[in-house]
Amino acid sequence: MATKEIIRLENIRRNFIVGNETVHALRGVTFTINAGEFVTIMGTSGSGKSTLLNILGCLDTPTSGEYYLDGIPVKSMGKNDRSTLRNRKIGFVFQSYNLLPKTTALENVELPLMYNSSISAKMRHELASKALDAVGLSDRKNHKSNQMSGGQQQRVAIARALVNDPVIILADEATGNLDTRTSFEILVLFQELHARGRTIVFVTHNPELSSYSSRNIVLRDGKVISDTSNKKQASALEMLQKLPVETD
Amino acid sequence: MNLTNLTKIALKALYNNKMRCFLTMLGIIIGVASVITMLAIGQGSKRSIREQISEMGSNMIMIHPGNMERGGVRQEASSMQTLKLTDYKAIDEKTEYVSACSPSVNSSGQFIYGANNYPSTIYGITEDYLDIRKLSVEEGNMFTPQDVLTSAKVCLVGKTVADNLFPNGESPIGKVIRFNKIPFKIIGTLTPKGYNSMGMDQDDMVLAPYTTVQKRILAITYLQGIYCSALSEELTPQATEEIGRILRKNHKIKEGEDDDFEIRSQEELSSMLSSTTDMMTVLLACIAGISLLVGGIGIMNIMYVSVTERTREIGLRMSIGARGIDILAQFLIEAVLISVTGGIIGVLLGVGASAVVNVVFNWPVYVQAYSVVLSFFVCTITGIFFGWYPARKAANLDPIEAIRYE
Repeated sequence: MATKEIIRLENIRRNFIVGNETVHALRGVTFTINAGEFVTIMGTSGSGKSTLLNILGCLDTPTSGEYYLDGIPVKSMGKNDRSTLRNRKIGFVFQSYNLLPKTTALENVELPLMYNSSISAKMRHELASKALDAVGLSDRKNHKSNQMSGGQQQRVAIARALVNDPVIILADEATGNLDTRTSFEILVLFQELHARGRTIVFVTHNPELSSYSSRNIVLRDGKVISDTSNKKQASALEMLQKLPVETD
Repeated sequence: MNLTNLTKIALKALYNNKMRCFLTMLGIIIGVASVITMLAIGQGSKRSIREQISEMGSNMIMIHPGNMERGGVRQEASSMQTLKLTDYKAIDEKTEYVSACSPSVNSSGQFIYGANNYPSTIYGITEDYLDIRKLSVEEGNMFTPQDVLTSAKVCLVGKTVADNLFPNGESPIGKVIRFNKIPFKIIGTLTPKGYNSMGMDQDDMVLAPYTTVQKRILAITYLQGIYCSALSEELTPQATEEIGRILRKNHKIKEGEDDDFEIRSQEELSSMLSSTTDMMTVLLACIAGISLLVGGIGIMNIMYVSVTERTREIGLRMSIGARGIDILAQFLIEAVLISVTGGIIGVLLGVGASAVVNVVFNWPVYVQAYSVVLSFFVCTITGIFFGWYPARKAANLDPIEAIRYE
């Protein structure tokens, strides 16, 4: 099953011009990610992982090199085409959830489908409802975003990333704003999604998280310095159960 | 781009910011309401000014015989005898734009009552003359068609004549005055009108049946003039043209030949009227423009702040697949919804305020359909115009920066 190529990076370089200097954020990154992988991308700040994430997410284009997403070359695409590509192929999960305020969970999850005119209102509703079921929020569908805890909000965000049935889920420090227990709950959810065959790229600076993924890529100074697959994935669920129950 | 979805998104965004939305609308509401109320008051006063000016006889048309050359000598117009009674009858019967018509013959001379005498003019006319010249009877009665038929020796006197012939303040009604040794019984007095804009005393006149003046005083069969009033001030040109046609036909004037008569209307009053109303329109248009401009700037200001405030939201929308044009459309729709809703409320408020002004201050108001349509249209345009810049700013945001904007 894990043979289909979802992401293929070929010698990706990304330069930024700041004043008179050229900053090399990425200096030739090459790797592929196949369907069904759960990849963590690690690196300290300044390692280029945010730039890489932006390129993977089609928010940015490389200065040189080619990026294929699900077989589609992205580098030469225009802004609007990339928007549509994101809408159909990518699910984003951000550190700070980025839900619309004063809006129900269901409406938040429906949002990506609002920008896809081929999906009817009824279908949109059904898909959003299903996505919320998948993240375990069946009973919170009509709660507004400000009536939910951080963990619940992040679950809504994950449901939103799932709703368009993307080829890849890109998570940017998705547990960064959560306490340990909730972080593990979210990790459990990611592992569940992975188990169901989802391809996930999880960008983080937290090295502990690498043990829960199936593969770990480490970036430093814009280059891949290690790319290891993890045969013995730790179970986040077990860790969660070992955590002391909060009493206060 | 799916407009239905974008409208839903915009509506939702507005609903989430009800207060801000209302405050933005307030500018448009006040703008539109004030425009409609102003225009209603303006139109109302325009109409009442128009009525007052036409009281002065702006729709009056005077027909006089034209001067002609006779053996190379240009004759004085008043000596021409081309206007006949048949002309008057033809105008009276055949025109569509003339509401009243009276022949006119006059004679100047000394009026005598007892030891007093006063030089004035006696006008031979029909009852219609009062309407045409906007005269009215103060005391007594106007003469009747019967008096005209029988060439009765009755007359009405103006205030100046009455004051001079009856200096002791006695009532002139029923008294008999003499003109050219012919006795006239006074059957009424005219309401004083004072001097006109040319400095002529409009009360220095005596009115009598035209038949009486024609036969008993002047002993002529022609008319010295015909006075008409058009149905309204605006229809005066049509009436003038129509009268010209009838007279040319009556006088058997061939194509290309000059008229043997002259038709004059109160052009001075007409032009005064139109310049007054034009000025008023320009003034109101200025006020209307300023109000809507202020409302529009209000929209732009709020939309601008809103774009900054919602940078994260915009970033998110873009990262999940909204194109620049989707964002642009959303913000434009928001702006248009605000301004159109504000416009509707403003129209209702304006019509209401006009009614209140009418009832409470007793001012004449008149709400025109076009002012409602116009202001509605203008506020939609305002919404698009002033929403455009902030919307474009939102659409051009970089999603990478917008999503991480604090």
